[in-house]
Amino acid sequence: MRRLINQHPGRAAGLALGVLPFIALLVMYVIASHLRLAENPDDKLLPALGKIASTFHSYAFEEDKRSGQMLFWVDTWASLKRIGSALVISATLGVVLAVGIGVVPRLRALLAPLLGTIAMIPPLAILPVLFIVLGLEETAKIALIVIGIAPCIARDLALRVGELPKEQIIKAQTLGASTWQLILRVVLPQLWPRLIDSLRLSMGSAWLFLIAAEAIASTEGLGYRIFLVRRYLAMDVILPYVVWITLLAVLTDLALRVLRARAFRWAEPER
Amino acid sequence: MATVTVRNVWKEYGPQVVLENLRLEIADHEFVTIVGASGCGKTTFLKMLLGMEQPSRGQILIDGVPIRPEPDPDRGVVFQRYSSFPHLTVVENVMLGLELRDAKLSGRLFGAARRKARAAALAMLESVGLGAAADRYPAQLSGGMQQRMSIAQAVIRKPKILLLDEPFGALDPGVTADMHELILRLWEENRMTIFMVSHDIQESFQLGTRLLTFDKLRVDPQSPEAYGASVTYDMPLSRRPKPKTLPS
Repeated sequence: MRRLINQHPGRAAGLALGVLPFIALLVMYVIASHLRLAENPDDKLLPALGKIASTFHSYAFEEDKRSGQMLFWVDTWASLKRIGSALVISATLGVVLAVGIGVVPRLRALLAPLLGTIAMIPPLAILPVLFIVLGLEETAKIALIVIGIAPCIARDLALRVGELPKEQIIKAQTLGASTWQLILRVVLPQLWPRLIDSLRLSMGSAWLFLIAAEAIASTEGLGYRIFLVRRYLAMDVILPYVVWITLLAVLTDLALRVLRARAFRWAEPER
Repeated sequence: MATVTVRNVWKEYGPQVVLENLRLEIADHEFVTIVGASGCGKTTFLKMLLGMEQPSRGQILIDGVPIRPEPDPDRGVVFQRYSSFPHLTVVENVMLGLELRDAKLSGRLFGAARRKARAAALAMLESVGLGAAADRYPAQLSGGMQQRMSIAQAVIRKPKILLLDEPFGALDPGVTADMHELILRLWEENRMTIFMVSHDIQESFQLGTRLLTFDKLRVDPQSPEAYGASVTYDMPLSRRPKPKTLPS
């Protein structure tokens, strides 16, 4: 008998093992829901799958009576727009700051302490400030996400720049690189795959801040909807929304991973 | 074409003296090999020639002009490791020097200029025996191939001086012999002045036209950092004819 650490599941077995916990969770839910509903048919906590499906159908494929819109897609689009803009802004800010701090010693002296301090501010604590200063519109929500994740991305990337071997930086100078050329040809190209890693790690926080902002002041969005229907204990709305958010996050993560593998073949670990 | 003058150079880190009162006149097209115990300032000396570190006192001149206090294309370098760019293919690594020279703003050549630079890089790679590996990434090369690439990358900018910091230290003995032949050929073809730090005495005798040993002249057992190293032996070497390959 080989040691446990040397027993590898085959491809099919590995896949089956991965799916197993999901099925187990689903079965547990169905049983629990069935038991509760048998006791009280009006129970709202664990709605039957059929009920969830019909509510989801009305949200996603029927026009809302009051607004004439398909709420599910309106919410999805609103949230994706916010989180998308925030990620683009954060990535840009992160790269610019990281390159400045990582490459130019004077900028490092000027900005590194400030960035280290800003990164420590709990973003939710200044959410009221953002709402007061920027109003309740989109800007404040996007700003919250940016404040939440941009400093972390910038610090992470600045560390990565610092990890570039000194030999490389010297070598580039002996090949005639100016500071600008060094950034363009040596630092940035090696930073892109790190940026993708950094974004993947920031996705969780980004969603957290998005939903927090939407819950507090919004008129549409996935987080807004969840907190709105909470008042009616509408688990049949909340649960599919949570599943959908999770799915969106998983797909984004997957897309970023594939992009990294395709675009930066040199940065992939040797197999 | 480069003569190097080292004029009373000292290097101190606080109270610790690393090098004391170095005085050297290096002729053009000299192949200087530097040996010595570890921690005796060989690499520090190389770093000062490169402009990575500045002398605490004294001056280093190339062709009678004080060196710039930072690395520049006059002085090429090959380190033992880490001096290739992992995100560029082998040919792109070698082209980089030409692109940086000719495209100040974008650092990147396009069209005909790019094809010309690529052709020059490929020719350089052929001459170091890496033609077949041009489109691979450095991580996919063996240690010896990586050093060949690194040398090609440095030489293509035609530096006056080439600095080698234990370039063959991490290689297998069989590979090292090939590398010796390569570096001597490039040295002849490009008329560079070469400084090579090595921990291999035999290699230093074999390659150099002048051999320097670095060591401490005086040692104070109470405070070992009080005195720095200097050149203890300075030997001109006459190059012996290449040993014939043994009959099989």
